[in-house]
Amino acid sequence: MTAQSFVVPAALGYGALLFAIAALAEARARQGRARWLRGPWVYTLSLSVYCTAWTFYGAVGYAARSGLEFATIYLGPTLVMIGWWWGLRKLVRIARVQRITSIADLVSSRFGKSGPLGAGVTLLALVGTMPYIALQLQSLTVSFAVLGGDPRPAFEDLQAFALWAAAGLALFTILFGTRALDASERHHGVVTAIAVEAIVKLVALVAVGLFVTFEVLGGPGPAMARISASDLPAAVAPGRWVGIMALAAAAFLTLPRMFHVAVVENADEGHLRTASWAFPLYLFAMSLFVVPIAVAGLEALPPDANPDLFVLTLPMAAGREWLALLAFLGGFSAATSMVIVAALALATMVSNHIVVPMWLWSQGGGAALSGDVRRTTVLSRRVAIGAVLLLGWAYWRASDGGEALAAIGLVSFVGVAQILPALLGGIFWRGGTRWGAAAGLVTGFAVWSWTLFLPSFGDGIVPAAVMVDGPFAMGWLRPTSLFGLSGMDPVVHAFVLSMLLNSFAFVAVSLVTFPTPLERLQGAAFTGVFESRASGADDARGADPEALMVMAQRLLGPGRAQAFFRGWAARQGQDGYLPDPTPEFLMALERELAGSVGGATADAMMAQVMGRRAISVADLVAVADETAQVLEQSHALQLKTEEAERAARGLRDANAALTRLARQKDAFLGQISHELRTPMTSIRAFADILMSNDLSDAERARYAGTVHDEAMRLTRLLDDLLDLSVLENGQVRLNLAEARLDAVIDRALLAAGTHGLAVRRDPVDERVTLFTDADRLVQVFANLVTNVRKYCDAESPELRFEVRRRDAEVLVDVVDNGTGIAPADRTVIFEKFARLGDHAAAGGAGLGLAISREIMERLGGGIAYLPGQGGTAFRVRLPRRVAPAGHREAAE
Amino acid sequence: MMGVQDGPDRPRRVALVEDEPNIREALRFILSRAGWRPFVIGDGATAAERLAEDPPDAAILDVMLPGRSGFDVLRALRADPATAALPVLMLTARGQDKDRALALALGADDFMTKPFSNAEVVERLDTLARAPQAN
Repeated sequence: MTAQSFVVPAALGYGALLFAIAALAEARARQGRARWLRGPWVYTLSLSVYCTAWTFYGAVGYAARSGLEFATIYLGPTLVMIGWWWGLRKLVRIARVQRITSIADLVSSRFGKSGPLGAGVTLLALVGTMPYIALQLQSLTVSFAVLGGDPRPAFEDLQAFALWAAAGLALFTILFGTRALDASERHHGVVTAIAVEAIVKLVALVAVGLFVTFEVLGGPGPAMARISASDLPAAVAPGRWVGIMALAAAAFLTLPRMFHVAVVENADEGHLRTASWAFPLYLFAMSLFVVPIAVAGLEALPPDANPDLFVLTLPMAAGREWLALLAFLGGFSAATSMVIVAALALATMVSNHIVVPMWLWSQGGGAALSGDVRRTTVLSRRVAIGAVLLLGWAYWRASDGGEALAAIGLVSFVGVAQILPALLGGIFWRGGTRWGAAAGLVTGFAVWSWTLFLPSFGDGIVPAAVMVDGPFAMGWLRPTSLFGLSGMDPVVHAFVLSMLLNSFAFVAVSLVTFPTPLERLQGAAFTGVFESRASGADDARGADPEALMVMAQRLLGPGRAQAFFRGWAARQGQDGYLPDPTPEFLMALERELAGSVGGATADAMMAQVMGRRAISVADLVAVADETAQVLEQSHALQLKTEEAERAARGLRDANAALTRLARQKDAFLGQISHELRTPMTSIRAFADILMSNDLSDAERARYAGTVHDEAMRLTRLLDDLLDLSVLENGQVRLNLAEARLDAVIDRALLAAGTHGLAVRRDPVDERVTLFTDADRLVQVFANLVTNVRKYCDAESPELRFEVRRRDAEVLVDVVDNGTGIAPADRTVIFEKFARLGDHAAAGGAGLGLAISREIMERLGGGIAYLPGQGGTAFRVRLPRRVAPAGHREAAE
Repeated sequence: MMGVQDGPDRPRRVALVEDEPNIREALRFILSRAGWRPFVIGDGATAAERLAEDPPDAAILDVMLPGRSGFDVLRALRADPATAALPVLMLTARGQDKDRALALALGADDFMTKPFSNAEVVERLDTLARAPQAN
């Protein structure tokens, strides 16, 4: 029974543990608990994805071959963290403000949201990272086989395990990496798992180191002596030392996975303060025992033993199989954490900068609205993760798992370092243009390919003759000594040359090309990110919030989109969920979308929705050029025309409304005039007549009576008008008190008079106590009774009161036995001066029902014509208790 | 009396198209004393027909009538040959200038606003009734 039989269960169990940790962290984060998960320590540990299997195993091999030079790999990042953390802080700030999702997105966004630039960086990152992923698979499989008891495993035996490992890593990354679409929403589960792995690999390496120091080398003192006595190369070529250190520093900034954990996953700029000293310490601890292990391996193990596996084979050789198992898990951690984060970062880049733009383009203009972009984005990201791992596996297979992989680490570093000039130029130099960035990237990529990448494949790609004599026998183009720069280490040679030419191309082309307006804006926003929250906002004109909402829902999901829109609407002081498309809002929305699909794509979709320009390939991949400006202006002109039309229409409407009001006012004044002049006419005419001398006493008395009646009528009319005016203005003061309904009706009948009218009432039903303004209620019922007396056309007019009690109100129906009111007139009767039929019979001004309606409204009830009762019928709705004035006003 | 020019034996007839009883009463009293023989038509609906059936010597026409407005009655009167030349004095209580313009345009012979002076009504009606003879 040995630990060897535990290799498979240990690997599986460890994988399961990572799943559990990630799931738990996600759940905690969703509940808003366990804040330390997002603290500076987890952040610092997550930076350790820098230390891959290449560092875990390979550093020892590196030291065994080249002595202390391995330390440059650690010193580069250390210098960055200690000496340049403020630069990292700038990157982090820019990424947060601009909702940057990846390093490709950063470069693309900076240079005018250029689609091709984003795609180019993505491709460069893919090419540069793929060997690296293959390397991790290699170390996973080899360490697995070695621990399983096969010191020199045949390549064929490893394939099954490699495929399974790749599939498992893809599954993990998809599960915990694509749950939230917004890359800047951060992946709590993944980051926590990475932090745990960081601890495991540190513990494993330190454990092996301690074991080697004390058990194999016999304690610290003897260890130092044996190290000094060993034939490890002591001297370090200064050029190479500086070159590799600079290369490691550059790679630390530009490796997609490093950018992802250091910048995209950063929750708080303050964490950089902790990381700036804690991460170098971590690196120091990781490198502390590299040399002792290398020395011990060289001494204790057979000469043909692979130095890259000393970490594993030393404990095995000493029979410390459990320690070997721990070392295996450390290497496993290093490999898996690198692959997971790299796959995640690459998949985001591939999806945002290649797949989604192409999909949008293939969908034509309406894609942003018609398709479910969100689902497509998530799907493309998942497929991309699978594809990245499949590619890595294929690369590993194609390379036959050869020793070449061991040297590939530095080659990859130089490749991805080509992004550095564009990155630094982008955030520090306003003058950089996308043409400059593209020229620099292409130049750097070409130089790297020629001098380092292609030669790394051996004779197969670059013929030996070319390596020695240059292409077409042009010696100055020899890959290893371009421009006659001979005598340099190949890696340093490639690095220095590619960076120089890259930077030169970037600066030179930037100087001779002109930035687009969007580039200028973004340039100002990036370089001056600390000065102000500079804007890269597009013009607000032409934005339809509704259409933006539809698009945002597809991208962000309905919940988040609505929350975002409502938040902005509230901030603008609006009631609904649609904010005004102000530049600030559009900018924020674009950033929010950029967090999901990347800057260039978000900009293209905003452009589509806002109808800013016609859709073409160029528009989807390269954004905001001069054409767009022209179209924008013409669109603005068109908008102005529409605006003018709208204004004219508004004026016409207003004019019509005013005319209608004026007509109503004329009619009303005519009515008032008529109502006032009619009694005055009678009064004046009879006053004239009364002045003549030849009247009989009877005539005199009769005419005097008429004058009196008409004067009274005039007074009543004025009273009614004033009453109505007061009621309509809401200035009426109600005298609320307890009153019995039967008493109110008694008083109304008395006031209106019941001569010639048969009144039927139910004394029991009417025994209701109300809290109301009794005088006003009397007025309402008196008006109704008066109307019956005036207009009821029955032979023997009859009037009945029917009372119904409801919970909070009482209904009083006042019904006569006449022919009723024609349906068409039933609403007219409540209008002022509405009088159907003969003036003479009416004897009032036609204000009664209008006043009654106003009164009932004040009393919180109502009055309406009640059809289907045979005669004329009105229903009066009375609240049992009228709310006091303050309450009513508050409710209105 | 002074208002009656062609013989006391045949007093001139005047139609009072007016719906206000007290105004009708006053006009009847005044015009009777001035030698006219007033008769009453209380609504607008039948006014034009009744005037055409038995045309009087003149008519006093109110504008705001139940059933049919005074303007409509006037239009009907002018359209019927029997009453096309009937002297019409319009009375209105609305007192708006456009009513006067409309009344005269529709062919009213004279126009007065309520309230009126009794003497003036008599005088104007007399003038109207004299006018056709002058032609």
